Amino acid sequence: MPPKFWGHFFMDLLIFQAPILMVQASLDGILLGILFALIAYGMALQWGVMNIINIAQGELVIVGGYIAYFMYKAGVHPGFGIIVSPIIMYFVGWGLYKLVINKVVDRDLFISILATFGISILTQQLMNFIFGSDVVVAQSNFGTTMFFDGMVTLPNAKIFAAIVSIAFAIGLVIYMRKSKLGRAIRATAQNARAAKIMGVNTEKVYAATFGINAALCGVAGSLIAITFTLHPYVGLPYTVRSFMIVIIAGLGNLPGVALSGMGLGVFEEFADYILGTEFRIGSVFTLLVLILVYRRFKLSRKREYLK
Amino acid sequence: MKKNNLILYGTILILGLVAPFIFPGFKLQISFLWILIVLAMTWDVQGGQMGYNTFGNILFFGVGMYLCASVQIGMFFPLAEWTEAGGEKTFVHTPPQYFQGLLFGLILAGIIPAIVAGLIGYGILGLRGHYFAICTLGLGIAAGEIAGGIEIIGAGQGMTTPPWPKNIGDTELRSQFFYYICFGLVIFTFLFLQWAYKTRFGLVLNAIRDNEDKAEAMGIYTMRYKIIGWMVSAFFVGIAGGLMGNMVGYIEPVEVAFAGPTFGVFMVLMAILGGKGTLWGPVIGATVFHLFKEGFWTFFLGWQYVALGVLIVVIVVFFPEGIMGWLREKYPEKFGEVIDEADRKAQVELK
Repeated sequence: MPPKFWGHFFMDLLIFQAPILMVQASLDGILLGILFALIAYGMALQWGVMNIINIAQGELVIVGGYIAYFMYKAGVHPGFGIIVSPIIMYFVGWGLYKLVINKVVDRDLFISILATFGISILTQQLMNFIFGSDVVVAQSNFGTTMFFDGMVTLPNAKIFAAIVSIAFAIGLVIYMRKSKLGRAIRATAQNARAAKIMGVNTEKVYAATFGINAALCGVAGSLIAITFTLHPYVGLPYTVRSFMIVIIAGLGNLPGVALSGMGLGVFEEFADYILGTEFRIGSVFTLLVLILVYRRFKLSRKREYLK
Repeated sequence: MKKNNLILYGTILILGLVAPFIFPGFKLQISFLWILIVLAMTWDVQGGQMGYNTFGNILFFGVGMYLCASVQIGMFFPLAEWTEAGGEKTFVHTPPQYFQGLLFGLILAGIIPAIVAGLIGYGILGLRGHYFAICTLGLGIAAGEIAGGIEIIGAGQGMTTPPWPKNIGDTELRSQFFYYICFGLVIFTFLFLQWAYKTRFGLVLNAIRDNEDKAEAMGIYTMRYKIIGWMVSAFFVGIAGGLMGNMVGYIEPVEVAFAGPTFGVFMVLMAILGGKGTLWGPVIGATVFHLFKEGFWTFFLGWQYVALGVLIVVIVVFFPEGIMGWLREKYPEKFGEVIDEADRKAQVELK
């Protein structure tokens, strides 16, 4: 391609003709990224404590979202989903742990990936039967806020979602530091065997961790229900996004999780404008592959250096 | 032992050759079984022998499928107009054109995915464990999403493969023709892998599975062998994809070509069900799985994928050793393992 072509290509794009859209995309991306970071926080928690990668993470989010949607259908304001959804999802996660996850905790990681992949397919299909395959959204009627004389519009629901996510994340961090269960979880993450010797019931800790993760997914899901759309088959992208955020930030790096979540959100919004909406999910998965390959070359250089 | 093997192989060969005449109604089903066996066996090169659990072999399946169809059409007609027409009979292949196209299409459907595997292998096979698994999972889905956005191969609507030429025979002949190609592919794959596992290549793959760092320290260029292993898989999976596209007659990016939730998982499941890391395991696993699937799918009607999810969880959680692993535990003598009877008794007493 001659350089002139690319010049035209970029100039023709809406986002370069109206630079104010960049502000819009960045703000949208940051608010979206905060939500991703909340899901990723749950994934980091269970990965760190139980050494499990949960492919069904995205499905837990969507189930949480449907809970909020049904509250909206029943006439309750869907904003209350952020209270009801995590409570229900905690028990869903707890039950899931007792049924399946406790049998794969100390096994090969691939076993847990495949088992949760099975759960993910199962949940998708069940949701398809129970909730139908339509794209649904819960109206929150929060209105919108405008900046720059109406050039940049932000739905208040998105701002609400970001504030709630931050509040839940901070609350959980404090809970992990101060409470007895939080200390037990952190001890188990450091060394499960030593924690067991010191009298921690690790089985209970694992169940609670999985439940807390599911509850976080429930919060995120109910926020997604009011800000975006729900569909039984959109779970896997959320899993991949949270996995990506965790590996960029590293386990146990909470500010990193928040930052890389926002970065991913901004990337997605820009990819949406530049490549077109049909490549949005594709660009997320391609980014995952690129990041993993980049990480492998970076680590292999380190390994050679150590030699 | 040698004679027994000969009888076994002979029986399977004869059964495979006469099967379309014994079960004329199930020709297409048995052809699908051969394809599934190829997928399971080639997955086992990574998952079983090499210890690299990949979800990404479906990428080569889809690439092979699209490539074969594109070559078949593009050799004689403009591809863009074909997909535009959306299956209408504007362009018709004559029989020589059809078979020429199929031959070149299948050859390229093997070679190009192998080259793709070689190119991306250096980046991706350097990942270990779960990073590799998730990365390959992303690879397959990204390919499906991207293929769904490319206009010339039909984007989200998909494309049709060339129909069977009219004036040389009916659909019976068509399914017989594809049956024997699939059967030939299975036999070739099996014999090739059986030979490959006996050479140094097979030993190196097992060494990588058992301890990759140690193998590297012993002076083996593990990366080279890993890439060659992936290329072998990609070659056979690509051809299987090309055949599958022609048998189904319609290619759609997410449901048929890059079908992660169906074929992408089936191949893993079949290999695990049969017992990974063995030559016969994937064959047995694929057969059992296919019989189960075809036999019981109709009873679940609409709940197939729910049943599939339950099946995955049950097999993975409660039956990770597979059928071959179970047989090995039960009859170790048959696998050439020498059991000291006195030692065995002593162990039983200890329990």
